[in-house]
Amino acid sequence: MSTFQIDFSNINKKRIVGIDLGTTNSLVAFMDLTGPQVIPGADGSMLVPSIVSLADDETFVVGDAARQLLIDRSDRTVYSVKRLMGRGAADVEEETKLFPFRIAEGSEQVIRLALGGRQFTPPEISAQVLRELKQRAEAYLGEEVTQAVITVPAYFNDAQRQATKDAGRIAGLEVLRLVNEPTAASLAYGLDKRNDGVVAVYDLGGGTFDISILRLHEGIFEVLATNGDTHLGGDDIDNRLLAIALEDIASEWGEDLSHSGEAVQTIRRAVIEAKERLSFQPVTAIDADFKGRKYQREITRELFEQIIKDIVDRTLGPCRQAMRDAGLEPEAIDEVVMVGGSTRIPLVRSAVSTLFRAKPHTELNPDEVVALGAAVQAAILSGDVQDKLLLDVTPLSLGIETMGGVVSKLIHRNSTIPASATEVFTTSVDGQQNVLIHVLQGERELVKDCRSLARFDLKGIDPMPAGMARIEVRFLIDANGILSVSARDLRSGTEQSVEVKPSYGLTDEQVEAMIVESYEKAEEDFAARQVREARVEADTILSAVDKARASEAWLDLTDEERAAVDLALNELQMVYHGEDHNLIRNRIENLDGATRKLAENMMNTAVRAALKGTKI
Amino acid sequence: MDNHHNCWHCGTPDAGSIFCRYCNSLQAPVPNYFEFFGMPLKLSVDLARLQKQFYSLSGLLHPDRYTRRSEQEKRYSLEASSILNDAYRVLRDPIQRAEYVLKEAGFDIGEQRSKDVPPELLEEVFELNMALDELRMGDDEVLPQLDESRKKFLDILVEMDAGLEQQFQKHDAQEGDEARRAVLAEIRLTLNRRRYIKNLVNEVDKLLTARNA
Repeated sequence: MSTFQIDFSNINKKRIVGIDLGTTNSLVAFMDLTGPQVIPGADGSMLVPSIVSLADDETFVVGDAARQLLIDRSDRTVYSVKRLMGRGAADVEEETKLFPFRIAEGSEQVIRLALGGRQFTPPEISAQVLRELKQRAEAYLGEEVTQAVITVPAYFNDAQRQATKDAGRIAGLEVLRLVNEPTAASLAYGLDKRNDGVVAVYDLGGGTFDISILRLHEGIFEVLATNGDTHLGGDDIDNRLLAIALEDIASEWGEDLSHSGEAVQTIRRAVIEAKERLSFQPVTAIDADFKGRKYQREITRELFEQIIKDIVDRTLGPCRQAMRDAGLEPEAIDEVVMVGGSTRIPLVRSAVSTLFRAKPHTELNPDEVVALGAAVQAAILSGDVQDKLLLDVTPLSLGIETMGGVVSKLIHRNSTIPASATEVFTTSVDGQQNVLIHVLQGERELVKDCRSLARFDLKGIDPMPAGMARIEVRFLIDANGILSVSARDLRSGTEQSVEVKPSYGLTDEQVEAMIVESYEKAEEDFAARQVREARVEADTILSAVDKARASEAWLDLTDEERAAVDLALNELQMVYHGEDHNLIRNRIENLDGATRKLAENMMNTAVRAALKGTKI
Repeated sequence: MDNHHNCWHCGTPDAGSIFCRYCNSLQAPVPNYFEFFGMPLKLSVDLARLQKQFYSLSGLLHPDRYTRRSEQEKRYSLEASSILNDAYRVLRDPIQRAEYVLKEAGFDIGEQRSKDVPPELLEEVFELNMALDELRMGDDEVLPQLDESRKKFLDILVEMDAGLEQQFQKHDAQEGDEARRAVLAEIRLTLNRRRYIKNLVNEVDKLLTARNA
């Protein structure tokens, strides 16, 4: 790992954190003097499982606490929601068959998940994970955190990126930059310090696969090409094993458990554990207990590799395409970096070594490397790191619909972003006052094979004969990979109004409404947390006083002093179960004041005892 | 584009093309690709210098460097880096570069013109089209012939690119707009023929890949 040249002269400005919002796990990291660090939770854990459950009291439970609820409350618990970001119901029909939660009616443009009696969109669910990470960072850093860099799969399209940004806003975070996960990983490795060269980053996570090829030159990380599959990852491997186990059970027990959310989650847990063990040992058993019955099946690594070979092979096509797009042969790749938990699988490692003819880097924890890179990018944005710069690309070509349902490409894939294109439009009918532009993303030639991005309506064109109007439209993809459109009337030179109708995702108004709602909830959450923390403090002092009252020191107090302590103790106990954290804190202070003499006495007793060399 | 503008921020006249020479705030970018790179309008370009300039301008203009700056500078940075990236993409590729220069000089470079078969290639093109038709109808015997034609056309492309390079140098050596326009007209002809052949090769490739799939 490299060292970082950091300018901490302006240390007092607002801190920006880096967040890896993963399919399976999420992390938050920040940059300090020694380099990027993952921020642990109160229990010391680095990962927050991306699991969100709606409790009976309508509050959300997130992370490890929600994990058990996957089994107990499978109908109210959501996992892998990243797979649903920026998508419509028709896109995810196949995979949601395996999900225990329900997709509500009216999910064509934005998926709505039915939890309890309510509905939530994927950005709202993701916002819960982000809020958990935000609180984790705030508790650790002891300051409010409002700005973040969030990572996304490099192969995410416009709608998926926008959905991620929306999630940040709903969680009360200003998302200063979306960074592609493989690019972030290359920043974390700091390979630029070693030498200039070409690096391939192979990122196989829980739900997505990315490959990026970068050229490193004097601190500039220039992405040459990227490719991937937003629906390929460890989940697919788990589903394969899960299907086998369910089949076994169906024939052994004569019972089809595939529709029981509880059973599916129990067995999923078991196959994931077996999968993880197979990365370190040649043979293991899938071992599941369900309602007192035991399912066991031995599985060798050899059989496991046969089962998953085609999944691993599916990653190689995008790798070859990326090399072609970069205009490079495998020999030109100097180093390969492995990212994502699924790269622990030996078969994945050997397939990658064979393809790139280089031994892959695995020094950094593949679960943490993306978050660490996000923290480096955050430090670049804050100005703390000035000797690095990321030049990323757009993963998909951008085009507009032309006659006959054909897509005319305006910005090609692998163009460095920000990127732009201008196109002049005119009217086809006399007196026509608006022009509708259909924007798409994808590599195919026909509209039906590309992903509809949005429809832009150019409005208020002056009535004139057909073909006379000249409206120049500028398409701009920003550094986050998100498109914006502006238009100008070339005849008058005035700005033309553009109305955007996104094909997938939330409108600005919808996001605003969710921010307001979540803000109200966040206020409650905050208050609840304050009360909880105050009670923890109260517990500490109450038990200390209890102990002191049983000691010799208690007897050394005057009657008045003892009465004062008892009074303060009583007063604290009276407010302990109330909801006013200020009041609890106030009574803690009173008790603290009343017991000062007692504490001194105890200290003296302890000192005297120590001097005498005896134990008290 | 007026290069002698007043700084939007402090009003200094003749502010400078990237940053104001007085208050150092980022200025609205110039849209011309050559001017943007501070390079003379020449068709032959030193690619190593272009790349170096691209990296150094990226370091100055990228939105990552403007997170904590004014909204106006953020906008200019986004605009300037999109022009920088577009310009680099176009200028580093000789064909796109030539097309850009033609377009800026007011030449029509539409696809239409490349529909005409270059006269000296009439016979070869005719044969190739015949072979393509036969393959479409399932006659695999034409494959070796097709492969040979493809190689021949690829050779012609290489030859053409060498010719283009000479035409570029000729253009750059001319004094005066008239003389340069005359060379540009020749270059346009070469580009049209090149595009025709390129499309032909692409068609062969497409058919062969479809057949192998």
